[in-house]
Amino acid sequence: MLIPEELKYQKTDEWVKIVDGIATIGITDFAQDSLSDVVFVEFDIDVDDEVSAGDSMATIESVKAAAEVVFPVSGKVIEINQTLIDTPELLNESPYEEGWLVRVQAADGTELENLMDAAAYAIDIQDR
Amino acid sequence: MTEPTIYDISVTGRTGVTFPESDVPEYALPQGFVRQKLQLPEVSELEVVRHFTRLSQKNYAIDLGFYPLGSCTMKYNPKINESVSRLSGFTATHPLQPANTTQGNLYLMYTLQEMLKEIAGFDAVTLQPAAGAQGELVGTLIIHKYHTDRGDHQRTRMLIPDSAHGTNPASSAMLGYDVVPLPSDERGNVDLEALKRLCDDRLAGLMFTNPNTLGLFDENVCEVVKIVHEAGGLVYGDGANMNALLGVFRPGDVGIDILHFNLHKTFSTPHGGGGPGSGPVAVQAHLVDYLPDPIVGILEEGDDETAPLYGFVHPEKSIGRIKAFYGHFGMHIRAFTYIAMLGQEGLRDIAEKAVLNANYLQEKLKGSYTLPYDRICMHEFVLEGFWKDVPDIHALDIAKRLMDYNFHPPTNYFPLIVKEALMIEPTETETLETLDAFVEAMLKIAGEARTDPQLLRDAPHNTPVRRADELKAAKDLVFCCYIGDDWPGIQE
Repeated sequence: MLIPEELKYQKTDEWVKIVDGIATIGITDFAQDSLSDVVFVEFDIDVDDEVSAGDSMATIESVKAAAEVVFPVSGKVIEINQTLIDTPELLNESPYEEGWLVRVQAADGTELENLMDAAAYAIDIQDR
Repeated sequence: MTEPTIYDISVTGRTGVTFPESDVPEYALPQGFVRQKLQLPEVSELEVVRHFTRLSQKNYAIDLGFYPLGSCTMKYNPKINESVSRLSGFTATHPLQPANTTQGNLYLMYTLQEMLKEIAGFDAVTLQPAAGAQGELVGTLIIHKYHTDRGDHQRTRMLIPDSAHGTNPASSAMLGYDVVPLPSDERGNVDLEALKRLCDDRLAGLMFTNPNTLGLFDENVCEVVKIVHEAGGLVYGDGANMNALLGVFRPGDVGIDILHFNLHKTFSTPHGGGGPGSGPVAVQAHLVDYLPDPIVGILEEGDDETAPLYGFVHPEKSIGRIKAFYGHFGMHIRAFTYIAMLGQEGLRDIAEKAVLNANYLQEKLKGSYTLPYDRICMHEFVLEGFWKDVPDIHALDIAKRLMDYNFHPPTNYFPLIVKEALMIEPTETETLETLDAFVEAMLKIAGEARTDPQLLRDAPHNTPVRRADELKAAKDLVFCCYIGDDWPGIQE
């Protein structure tokens, strides 16, 4: 299972990367593997929305189940990966690169401290 | 062999029926309403009969084999149900007839209401809901109206245990409730501490499936109901799993406020193949006035000489009518027949045998498959459909391989709290020989997973249709039969 060192992780299997105050958010390799083939992505938010950590970002539907994706950080939505609407399989093929979901102008850098690093996340998914 | 579609065997100009010459003057329809082409299959009557008979023979049904589809209670549907429902006294009546000419029908509905009240311990029953999910909608509408009438407008949250039926959150969301998931504890019961934390003045109610989808009876049911009531909420009981409780436990006795039944599960009316279902809803005294309009009641009491006069009564603060006419009356006849035939002791025997059969299978299988919640189960149980030492074999592969042994697969990937879930419900109507044959197949498959895993991944091998491409099925949705470029349904 791929767990890149440079990312932060949330218990509900989202990853986040912050560069110059801009947080890119997606779902982890473990999440896409558990869901299996993704067939549908629906975003619950629009560009310019103010969101808080814990808010619902999107619903992902696979052949097995539907799952909710929640924001790991607060801020203002600046970009939504619309290519996922037509090609949701990118979430399976490239969860950390092309399969990113949303970019947010992060309000508060300290929120990252509540998230797990790669080592902690690896332990977290071990028994699941 | 793949059966061609009815369009594939169509030959231009062939007909099944010869119409007599029209004795009605022709009338030119307005142009905009006339289609220039209408592609209908052109076949003889015999071709139609053979085509659909062949298709029906490829089907799998409870009348052909074991159907352990967890949560669905695929029990045998006694043929006497069909005989009774075909009596001309029932089939030749119409719901718009005056009530004094349909007293037999009304007596049956009234008595079925009384039977269901007695079975589950409630004060009134509506037979209107079309099936379980509409029963849930009725329940949530009643909960909403109850709180609104009391001025409790801030109650917007519905608690749903993570072991609940999938329809429960859907029904709540449909009414605009905020669905709040409630975790299970390590024994598979509702986590009482989490429940207490979530119970405040925003609580509208709890939707409670008991036994839950793990097939476990919630040992704290009384405590759960008490906590919700103390916070001002109502408890909705999902009665889909009533088959485990008949004659043993009455949900109304522990204070559950509302409960739906699935006649197509517990009371042997057809399930699958179009049913239709039927989902009567029972309520406690404080909610009787909210029931859908109308319900069947006694308009004039009878005496030794004359029968009572049955008719429709109108609950005072009703949520309204929710189904055309009075529900699926044909199913009411079948359920009535089943209950009347079995009686009190017969019903209890159903629950006991259903639970016994499930525990027999659970004990026989738990050595070869992981049983995540290892407790005496009720009418069903959930295994994990994978093994740590067998790479890349999933619940789906096991389910598909079972088809090669001529068994209907169990429910899979539900409940979500068990990884690769296989949910098995044998029901009371199976013999020991059938259960043993199923165990043998399951154990064989566990062996094959290690010796020849590809056999599982490619399964089923012996069915008319092999493994379906689920990804393609979900992504390339085709809702309309499409033939060539000139199919009018697509073009116009």
